[in-house]
Amino acid sequence: MAGAWKTSTWSRSDVAVNLICWADMNRDTRDEPAIEFRDVSYELPSGQRVLSNLNLQVQRGETLVVLGRSGSGKTTTLKLINRLLRPTGGEVRVNGAGTGQRDVIRLRRGIGYVIQEIGLLPHFTVERNIGIVPSIDGWPLDKIRARTQELMQMVGLESQLAPRYPHQLSGGQRQRVGVARALAADPAILLMDEPFGALDPLTRDDLQREFLSLQQRLHKTVVFVTHDLNEALRLASRVALMEAGELITVLSPQEFLRSTDPLAAAYVRAFRAGTGLDTNRGSS
Amino acid sequence: MNLFQFLAQNFRQVLQLTLEHLWLVGVSTVLAALIGIPLGILIAHRPVLNRPVLGGANIIQTIPSLALFGFLLPVPWLGDRAERLAILALTLYALLPVIRNTFTGIRGVDPAVVESARGMGMTGRQLLWQVELPLAMSVILSGVRVAVVISVGLATIAAAIGAGGLGELIFRGLAMVNNQLILAGAIPAAFLALFADFSLGWLERRLRPQ
Ligand SMILES: Nc1ncnc2c1ncn2[C@@H]1O[C@H](COP(=O)(O)OP(=O)(O)O)[C@@H](O)[C@H]1O
Ligand SMILES: [Mg+2]
Repeated sequence: MAGAWKTSTWSRSDVAVNLICWADMNRDTRDEPAIEFRDVSYELPSGQRVLSNLNLQVQRGETLVVLGRSGSGKTTTLKLINRLLRPTGGEVRVNGAGTGQRDVIRLRRGIGYVIQEIGLLPHFTVERNIGIVPSIDGWPLDKIRARTQELMQMVGLESQLAPRYPHQLSGGQRQRVGVARALAADPAILLMDEPFGALDPLTRDDLQREFLSLQQRLHKTVVFVTHDLNEALRLASRVALMEAGELITVLSPQEFLRSTDPLAAAYVRAFRAGTGLDTNRGSS
Repeated sequence: MNLFQFLAQNFRQVLQLTLEHLWLVGVSTVLAALIGIPLGILIAHRPVLNRPVLGGANIIQTIPSLALFGFLLPVPWLGDRAERLAILALTLYALLPVIRNTFTGIRGVDPAVVESARGMGMTGRQLLWQVELPLAMSVILSGVRVAVVISVGLATIAAAIGAGGLGELIFRGLAMVNNQLILAGAIPAAFLALFADFSLGWLERRLRPQ
């Protein structure tokens, strides 16, 4: 850290600001990546290898999109972060500590989780679903209620939907409830497993746009799983490309489009073919 | 004298025996639920125990009821009072449907719902009380309903060891070759079974998740 002092000549206020940041960094371990995979493997009890030697860092405030075809190990990667699965090799670290070394319930309450099947509780109203984490965390009722209303507004749900049950909502509304629920206790980390995969293209477009504007305000650390390159390029700070349980490469969206990696190039080709732009291949 | 006249004349006695019958069924059902529901939850969470527990309950179910009453008769404290013995036997018979339905109900909860609840940081206990039990409740209740209907029928046999209940009228009727007496026991028993079936079925539908 001392090395930072040499990099430039700073004004006095810069130094002051940096001193404060430095103190902060020490306290919150801000110098650590939010999530880190160290040589992580995951094998099924049968011995089948699902993930091999995964090394990956997710920085604070970035949206890392994990892209890969179905069965490539994306969901497994995500579940290793909130310890729904335990690595059979290596270590997953969250905020600078191994996930095995801390209370798993506390860990999970600090990580928002949205899955494709949504997993809303069918016997809870929209309001109760959104308030689950605050409720199991023992918040007072009036605070939960206020937070729920705030969240419904934040994700674009009309307040009269509060007493409804999940089966009385459209797919897009359910997905919004899922996002609101994941945000409820204001976790620093958000895991999203193909959250918009089952939606029609227009609703998906809406939700992607709203995700971007939310993320601009909230700066969560997001790990977002998808098999859709368009979605990946649109939402990602960086794209982690997976295939058959291995991490192939991590690229920014711009780099991805120019990448010479055969698999990345294949995705881009398939994507351009799908949009009818394949005749432009090679030009920018 | 037709059946109705008979029932009217012996109203007090029939009522008394019906209440005894209800007591046998009620206590044994409550005991079966208190034992069977936790056992069902246990085997739903620990699949290794699934076979021995369900197998055991299954074997009990295959013992003929008269034989079971007979087996238990010489057991010291139990044999002292026929009622105790009848309640134990009825409880044992009621276990299988309760355990099996609790197991099925909990295993039947949508894995995506359980997974996301765990992912949000619910403890095992919160998951059980807030997710698994409410969502499995109608299936569990249908097991209890089956248990009650079986017990109402089986409890008539408890009269053979002197535990009372509507079976007493039936056995007396059999001994005296008196059809009215048999019917005076059998008809209230049938109504009890139908009533239990209907009311628990109604509750079950009320609790079924959409
Ligand atoms: N519980 C399991 N039993 C059997 N196979 C599994 C299990 N979990 C994962 N797999 C296998 O692991 C691989 C990766 O799965 P997953 O992480 O769900 O992939 P993705 O989310 O990219 O579609 C797949 O080939 C899948 O079949
Ligand atoms: Mg998946």
